[in-house]
Amino acid sequence: MRATMVFAASALLIATATGAVAASEADYKAAYAAAEAANKEAGTLRNQWTTTASTLAAAKKAGEAGDFDSAVAQAKEAEALAKASIFQATSEKERWKDMEVR
Amino acid sequence: MTRRFAIRAAIATLALGVLACAPAHAAGAVDPAADKAAFQKFFTSKFPKLKLEDFVNGPYSMNEDLHKQWEEKEQFPPYEFSLEAGKEMFSTPFKNGKTYGDCFPNKGIGIRQNYPYFDEKEGKVVTLELALNRCREANGEAPFSYVKDDMAALTAYMAFTSRGKPMDIKIPNDPRALEAYQNGKEYFYTRRGQLNFSCATCHIQSPGERIRAEVLAPALGILNAMPIYRSEWSGMGTTSRRFTTCNSQIRGVPLNPQDDEYRNLEYYLSYVSNGLPISGPGARP
Repeated sequence: MRATMVFAASALLIATATGAVAASEADYKAAYAAAEAANKEAGTLRNQWTTTASTLAAAKKAGEAGDFDSAVAQAKEAEALAKASIFQATSEKERWKDMEVR
Repeated sequence: MTRRFAIRAAIATLALGVLACAPAHAAGAVDPAADKAAFQKFFTSKFPKLKLEDFVNGPYSMNEDLHKQWEEKEQFPPYEFSLEAGKEMFSTPFKNGKTYGDCFPNKGIGIRQNYPYFDEKEGKVVTLELALNRCREANGEAPFSYVKDDMAALTAYMAFTSRGKPMDIKIPNDPRALEAYQNGKEYFYTRRGQLNFSCATCHIQSPGERIRAEVLAPALGILNAMPIYRSEWSGMGTTSRRFTTCNSQIRGVPLNPQDDEYRNLEYYLSYVSNGLPISGPGARP
């Protein structure tokens, strides 16, 4: 019984580990394009962040070096940053009034 | 009796209606004079020992030790070389024989306090830096960088000729001017950058407090000292430099110098400092 459980746990571990397939160039390109589009949208709102730009640059550098795992991770982070800057710009359209000296 | 009651009820309903509408109208209206009064009252209440005209000295007005340092620094001010260079540049003719003075009222002397102004022909705010580069281009010269060196030298000289004159920004009765003013105000209070700071976060909420090693300047009178020599920059910087570096310090991508947002911001910030003396060129830690 105990041996069966150990076997099952090992099998699960191996299955999980092999499930994390290495990222491909196509994955990187898709992730980068999504991040770039979000940052472009932040640009139209006049609210890009420097950290989005630097993370995008890091993604590109990793992608060009063939390190697609890192490139995809950086691109996803850049996309999250860009989306946060879009949220900020949108919510501040009304929220700025809370800070006003009256 | 019933009729009298009905009349009273009607009057009361009308009065309540007027009261209910009044705040809504006031909240939506653009009222620069009321803004200026509230802005200046905020600072004079926050720092009751400070004279109104002292706010133009930025962090040096906030801290006694810094004030002593500033007094010593003013014996040999670090902006002096730039001021001398600006004076010489201002009087040196362009290739066509004209000078900067030909582009400005009163030959450009003692007019700094009137900038920025709203140009009704263009429908936009015109800053002194912008007017100087337009003057150069109109006379066949290449424009200067907006952030430092030559532009800082020229504006330093022009500010010096206005020292002590009260800031005097006009907002004409033109909806476009009011819109520019309001947009400048919105920019001032809007949080941006990854650090989620607005201009007001530092210069309204925290003047006199330290942010790392620096003492934050009050927003009131902050542009009256422009351009400034900053030890942190190891050189002179213009209003454009101040705005763009503020944006990058909070991890926001700066806009281009003299983009509409910055011109409107300068309009708003200068207007609410009306009445405070021009003290530029200044020096800052």
